[in-house]
Amino acid sequence: MSLPSHRPPPPRSRWSWRSQAFRGVVYQVVAVVAVGLAIWFLVHNTLENMRVRGIQSGFDFLLQPAGFDIGESLLPYDSSESYLKALTVGLSNTLRVAVLGIGFTTVLGTLLGVGRFSRNALVRGLCAAYVDVFRNIPLLLQLLMWYLTLTELLPDALEPWQLGSVFLSKGGLTVPALVWEQGHMGLNLPMKGEFAVEGGASITPEFLAVLLGLTVYTAAFVAEVVRAGIQSVPLGQSEAAAALGLSKRQEMRLVMLPQALRVIIPPLTNQFLNLTKNSSLAVAIGYPDVVSISNTTINQTGRAVECIAIVMLIYLATSLTTSVLMNRYNARTTIRER
Amino acid sequence: MTRLCFKWGTAAIALTTSLATLPAQAGKTLDAIKARGQVVCGVNSGLAGFSVADSNGKWAGLDVDVCRAIAAATLGDPEKVKYVPLIAAQRFTALQAGEIDVLSRNTTFTLNRDAALGLHMTAVTYYDGQGFMVPVKSKIKSAKQLKGQTVCVQSGTTTEKNMTDFSKAFGLNLKPVVFEKPEATIAAYFAGRCLAFTTDASGLASYRNKETKDPGEHLILPELISKEPLGPMVRRGDDEWFAIVKWVIHGLVEAEEYGLTQGNVLAEKARSTDPVVQRITGATEDTGKNLGLDRDWMVRALQASGNYGEMFERNVGPKTPLALQRGLNAQWNKGGLMYAYPLR
Repeated sequence: MSLPSHRPPPPRSRWSWRSQAFRGVVYQVVAVVAVGLAIWFLVHNTLENMRVRGIQSGFDFLLQPAGFDIGESLLPYDSSESYLKALTVGLSNTLRVAVLGIGFTTVLGTLLGVGRFSRNALVRGLCAAYVDVFRNIPLLLQLLMWYLTLTELLPDALEPWQLGSVFLSKGGLTVPALVWEQGHMGLNLPMKGEFAVEGGASITPEFLAVLLGLTVYTAAFVAEVVRAGIQSVPLGQSEAAAALGLSKRQEMRLVMLPQALRVIIPPLTNQFLNLTKNSSLAVAIGYPDVVSISNTTINQTGRAVECIAIVMLIYLATSLTTSVLMNRYNARTTIRER
Repeated sequence: MTRLCFKWGTAAIALTTSLATLPAQAGKTLDAIKARGQVVCGVNSGLAGFSVADSNGKWAGLDVDVCRAIAAATLGDPEKVKYVPLIAAQRFTALQAGEIDVLSRNTTFTLNRDAALGLHMTAVTYYDGQGFMVPVKSKIKSAKQLKGQTVCVQSGTTTEKNMTDFSKAFGLNLKPVVFEKPEATIAAYFAGRCLAFTTDASGLASYRNKETKDPGEHLILPELISKEPLGPMVRRGDDEWFAIVKWVIHGLVEAEEYGLTQGNVLAEKARSTDPVVQRITGATEDTGKNLGLDRDWMVRALQASGNYGEMFERNVGPKTPLALQRGLNAQWNKGGLMYAYPLR
């Protein structure tokens, strides 16, 4: 390509079409303008079509009262509050399941990954079987399976399984709740009511199913990431650890895992992002995550484009935040070259 | 190479600018239907009595009969309908985007849907109201006994808001469990996840009949907590098509009022001296002309689906598994709300 010795030297002017640098700049400008025009065209055409068909648009609806109840919420919420608040409640439900899911997945996935190196053939086989089974069944099916199992197997809310003050039924898991009343801590004990368990704090079957489904599914991938990470550590390290007289357990904990971590963290970040995004499937089994709330909002206000844009922004922001945090952690674990 | 790249760049810019100036055109719906040879009708993906496909893929139900009547009136053949099953959350987008010509899917007419979604409500085909269903063994007899209970509900409908209003008005603190698809909602209720299930009363009867071995095990509570006038909707921007759908429905209702049926409409056309019957059948006046249709449009619609009363009896009436009474859906002169605008 570049054999300058056979050609006359390029002209000195930097603004010639024969200058590679100049052509590069032109192509980039053309590309940016083309992308910009495409986006402008899409936005303009959408807005224009909506206007022609008499479809209202805009984000003003966010401050109007939502008018619908939400089954479960970490934040206090009343149906007379705004759509913005309802979406915030949905986001809090998404984050609740994502944060807990990431925690449980990491623990379960690491155990399974390490289990692949066990000297016990049964443990090795079980871990391998787990990965193969749960990695290869679509997540939506797994979610439905967990939810159906929970709602079919558990007893009716009228006659729950009881263990002390803990109740388990189709209505969910109900445990005593800590409450702050009249200046001192108290316990709110759940009681069997006329139609269901009343009082206490409860976890719904929807939440349980989503958490179980996401954890079990993603843990299969995390296990593979951990296994690959451990296998990337040179065999010599293992032999050196043995030579030092470390036990198998110490070898894994003190020598192999710390070195494997550097390889594990980047793909692990991907799995965390997948888990968060996959939580949007929760809408299929009735968990009020941000997608579910936005579905209801779209139906009541008709602002489909706006709601989808908001949901996209929320997932983008959540994923980017996770990435930033994980990248920082990754920077801390990389080998410092001296 | 360089020149080629440059040409492509210019071409891309030219293409983009030319696309950007394309006008947004909806086109005349009736012309499009005639060119296509099919009416595209958005229906419920499975609501016995209203729209449900059998094992051969043949659709039936009250909402489906409306589609058939429209196809018969416009294209002369009730079979020339393409049914697009839609879930609640998709239906308005599908209509707005032009994927369907008419939405005949047990859809409630409300101000917001009319004014903000760019849609037109044609005419009511079923006056409904939202109700609750509970298992008989719960011994609940009234919706006001549901205090603090879980209620299964499908998203993308007016039911969530109605339920919240009712819950607030009576201080019931009902807890909704919201599902995206009707199948999931029903499965959760019949699995016992929620104490109650709420949707339009006609829907409750339909699901109770379809999903249970013994419909007697479930009770539809007496309270109807909302008004739900259901009927087909069309896009704004094509008044002629709006008029056609609206008048096909009024025609079906008026035909019942004047005793025209699927079986006797041809004979009555030749025989009757009643000026109203003569107008409906096109024997004297050509009512189709103003709509851009031919003279026999109403005769064909009636031959396709029968009059409104026949549609009701065939799909949801007392002799069907749904066993719904005419109630509000009886003719205006028989104590109901079905009051057709005159076809003249």
